[in-house]
Amino acid sequence: MCRGARIRKLWHQGMLKNIPLSALIGLFFTGLYFLMAIFAPLVAPYGMAEVVGDVWEPSSADHLLGTDTIGRDLLSRMIYGGRTTIYIATMATALSFITGSILGFAAAVSGGWVDQALSRFVDLIMSIPSLIFALVVLSVMPVTVTVLILVMGLLDATRVYRLARAVAVDISVMEYVEAARLRGEKLTWIIFREILPNALSPLVAEMGLRFIFMVLFVSTLSFLGIGVQPPGADWGGIVKENKEGIVYGIGAALYPAVAIATLAISVNLVADWVLNRTTSLKGGRG
Amino acid sequence: MHPVLSLIAQRLVLGVLLLFAASVLIFAGTTILPGDVAQQILGQAATPESLANLRAELGLNDPPVTRYFGWLGGVLQGDLGTALTNQRDIAESLGQRLSNTLFLAFWAALISVPLAILLGLTAVRYKDRWPDKLISAVTLASISIPEFLIGYVLMFFVAVQLGWAPSVAMINDSMNFGQKLNAIALPVAVLTLVVLAHMMRMTRAAILNVMQSAYIETAELKGLSTFAVIRKHAFPNAIAPIVNVVMINLAYLVVGVVVIEVVFVYPGMGQYLVDHVSKRDVPVVQACGLIFAAVYIGLNMIADIVSILANPRLRHPK
Amino acid sequence: MTMPLVEVRGLKIGATIYPPGAKPKAIEIVHGIDFDLGPGQVLGLIGESGAGKSTIGLSTMAYGRGGVRITGGTVTINGRDILKANLSELRKLRGGEVTYVSQSAAASFNPAKRIMEQVIEAAVLQGKFSKRDAEQRAVELFGKLGLPDPDKIGNRYPHQVSGGQLQRCMTALALCPEPDLVVFDEPTTALDVTTQIDVLKAIKDAIRDTGVAALYITHDLAVVAQVSDDIMVLRMGDMVEYGSTDQIINAPKEEYTKALVSVRSIQHPEKAPAEPVLSVRGITARYKGLNFDVLKDVTVDLSPGQTLAVVGESGSGKSTLARVITGLLPPSEGEIVFDGRALSPDQPSRSPEDLRELQMIYQMADTAMNPRQTVGTIIGRPLEFYFGLRGEKKRQRINELLDEIEMGKGFIDRYPAELSGGQKQRVCIARALAAKPKLIICDEVTSALDPLVADGILKLLLQLQKIEDVAYLFITHDLATVRAIADSIAVMYQGRVQRYGPKSEVLSPPFDDYTDLLLSSVPEMKLGWLEDVIAHRKMDSAGH
Repeated sequence: MCRGARIRKLWHQGMLKNIPLSALIGLFFTGLYFLMAIFAPLVAPYGMAEVVGDVWEPSSADHLLGTDTIGRDLLSRMIYGGRTTIYIATMATALSFITGSILGFAAAVSGGWVDQALSRFVDLIMSIPSLIFALVVLSVMPVTVTVLILVMGLLDATRVYRLARAVAVDISVMEYVEAARLRGEKLTWIIFREILPNALSPLVAEMGLRFIFMVLFVSTLSFLGIGVQPPGADWGGIVKENKEGIVYGIGAALYPAVAIATLAISVNLVADWVLNRTTSLKGGRG
Repeated sequence: MHPVLSLIAQRLVLGVLLLFAASVLIFAGTTILPGDVAQQILGQAATPESLANLRAELGLNDPPVTRYFGWLGGVLQGDLGTALTNQRDIAESLGQRLSNTLFLAFWAALISVPLAILLGLTAVRYKDRWPDKLISAVTLASISIPEFLIGYVLMFFVAVQLGWAPSVAMINDSMNFGQKLNAIALPVAVLTLVVLAHMMRMTRAAILNVMQSAYIETAELKGLSTFAVIRKHAFPNAIAPIVNVVMINLAYLVVGVVVIEVVFVYPGMGQYLVDHVSKRDVPVVQACGLIFAAVYIGLNMIADIVSILANPRLRHPK
Repeated sequence: MTMPLVEVRGLKIGATIYPPGAKPKAIEIVHGIDFDLGPGQVLGLIGESGAGKSTIGLSTMAYGRGGVRITGGTVTINGRDILKANLSELRKLRGGEVTYVSQSAAASFNPAKRIMEQVIEAAVLQGKFSKRDAEQRAVELFGKLGLPDPDKIGNRYPHQVSGGQLQRCMTALALCPEPDLVVFDEPTTALDVTTQIDVLKAIKDAIRDTGVAALYITHDLAVVAQVSDDIMVLRMGDMVEYGSTDQIINAPKEEYTKALVSVRSIQHPEKAPAEPVLSVRGITARYKGLNFDVLKDVTVDLSPGQTLAVVGESGSGKSTLARVITGLLPPSEGEIVFDGRALSPDQPSRSPEDLRELQMIYQMADTAMNPRQTVGTIIGRPLEFYFGLRGEKKRQRINELLDEIEMGKGFIDRYPAELSGGQKQRVCIARALAAKPKLIICDEVTSALDPLVADGILKLLLQLQKIEDVAYLFITHDLATVRAIADSIAVMYQGRVQRYGPKSEVLSPPFDDYTDLLLSSVPEMKLGWLEDVIAHRKMDSAGH
């Protein structure tokens, strides 16, 4: 009953009813990209590594986006590449969120030396730019999808940690949390019923931004040749494969770049809306 | 001692400690992780003997702590070691590349910093009107676009289609200043675009924060003109947050350089680093990583020190 | 008749609001106000929050904050309609003819500039004085306003002087350009009561000596009665009553005004002390990281079903006492006996029974309730937690409690954000009552509320005390509240109990110096009170 009433209430207050156009566009494209990624084998006209034509054929009815540097269908490669990019970014985001928020909450609620040790360690990791740190670590690790997800997810967990800790500290000094403590409530009630519901919205909004960052991060790594290894492909890798074409006026490398940008902008639009909705919920009455 | 001085001294010590800890982290990152450097260099087909030989040659059989201090001692004396791939002295190879990278970053900063502040001021001046909205939209877009996309789009249209600038940014000592500037025009433009968005957004927020203070209202109610309000009351309080924004974005620029150098095949440190990561040349990676970290930590430290210096409560204690 | 300095006719003010998730909406917040103000006269604007009084004050400078703008009527100052003036004329008006004193001087001074520079800025800019003359005038004003070391205080930065001093500097800032009108916007609200009286006196003398006219804006009728010639009572953007101060205070016509005048006239007969439910014995406490004790040897008793008021100014340690009793801050010395048994000093090791019987209500009801829980969950949780009530039984009990706080069943599914300030505080009271406690600690529970709403809360608390036989430890800085509800009183000063006993004894002479100062500083709803107090104090100091 509780959740139903709450959603009805939000609807009634016009928070779900009036989704702004920008958020709708964002939701549409985000959904589209995810569906394409999930159903890639059904959607793609050709196989990912299948050579079906000449080098860098222009777009035609057979090959909507033309062919790539060794004659593979670019559209199919884009669809499979998107699948890889979105898969890695999603897993890394999940990893960074789970690790970051659990540690952040733990630090905020327990305080003391646990908090100090974790926070100083995070400060240290963040004192090195994450791209540089990733390059350093990947120079000695075998580059596989799992390693990529681990490195990206754990490096990014530092940012989630900071946010989660800050949000939880802000909430845990609220008087309603003190009231719950004074009532004698257990730690589980305090974390799951008092703190978490109030921390969720800022964290969810942040999740969108972290996902974008992951997409950009994995694309950059692949573009630099240190991400997804051939014959596998992701969007960054496709740019790398086709970048020579640019000099000859062939735009094949620009398609994946545009795909990355539209995905990132769409998710950003959704995250912006979630964030705005949260702040207005916090401030206003009614 | 004056409290400001002691705070600055504290911050400097912290910076040195952080740099030291970062060096440990970089070293540990390339040593303790499960990857085996010798195996990575020689590949899966290597014989056990050649692996053992290479390990001995690289000193991989010493305990990590010994190797760390050996490495750190060398770094402190300016000896960054030799590259595994070509046996050349790293410090020597780095010198020219570092100055190329700084040359690129300098021009990008020179253009982007004033532009960002100007646009930030414009956005505040026309808050919630179309110039502000336009700037916000462009900012949102450019934050969502990977650096290499901006690079290739510019290269595709400006260099290849229009032929206004060279598509690769090769520079060497035989070029004169004008030729060098022409060569780096595109990478500088891309870097500028990349940091501009962040810097503008943060500048706007910093100025808005000051402009919404009660003392700005006091100044307006004294009958000061908008210009005088900004010059006499907003500016002295906005300078510290703006310097902070600039420093943080310069640190960001240093990272952006890595990708842009690869896009434009620019002979700088970023490309050097990326090349040797693929070749698994650990000493080069360590050296480059340390230098990038040092620049990043240094810029963040300057940002903190400026905030301390600009705080009237610290400068004029009770 | 001389021409009035200020003539306001049919003043209408609108604002744009941004409701969440909906389009921005234009609303009217002031609906046609008229008033006149002659040279050297003082008009008090009084009302609760949302009455539009600050907005009206700023309209005499043709200034609107945020999305606020003047939508109709005329504001004539020195014979000119300033709403038709262009920007450069307005700049002459602002800071020249009309100046402004805000509630928070601390925020209104630029932290990066010396006080003197800011005080003389308008006077020099408007060409009224040379820099040198302006500085001389500022030093004179500093002296007149009773600031220490008037020659040098201008060289300090704002953060280097106290709040009360800075508020006086702000007054000097407003008076320096010799304006015709000063708008005082709640200039003493943020100050402690013993500081307030000095600043009030300084402002009143300065107004008299300089012959300036003033608009004095406040929510406190007793304060405005001391300084103004006329008073206008406002409510939700409408004028309720407008008359001389004498008429408004002594013969109010409108019901609303009568309610404001008689606020906190609750009569509460004092009960005789009995075997205490709570004994605080020799408590000394300090916070981690501080090198001094915030509480020093505090000993008080509270009888069952009665109210002990702990009264003091900011920094007196009264809220710390609440933290020690609840176990959030274990004391370094002393013990607390509750219902005949010694309480464990730290909260986590207390028994569920101890926790249930000792409840707390906070000053800010806003932050005391989880914004994501409904009223039903908030009140229902203690029922479930302490008594294991579920389902229909719980719902029934919640409804009973809602009836007790005079709110009714309809509120059970509402969220805190949908309630008014008074309703929020009522829900917090219900949550405390749900535990069937023997003692409720009330920490400044009425301080954040408008006077009439606060009055309603106090009446409710007294009524509930009769029904539930619960004792209150009532922490407040407001002596009027203390008079209204206490059975016994502890006056706290710098961490010590300065005076303690039954209400009738504590509030009767002979007084110690601090209690005397505190009691005599509370503004009374009568004309000439300020002069009486000051005269009384002068006599005292002459007598000593």
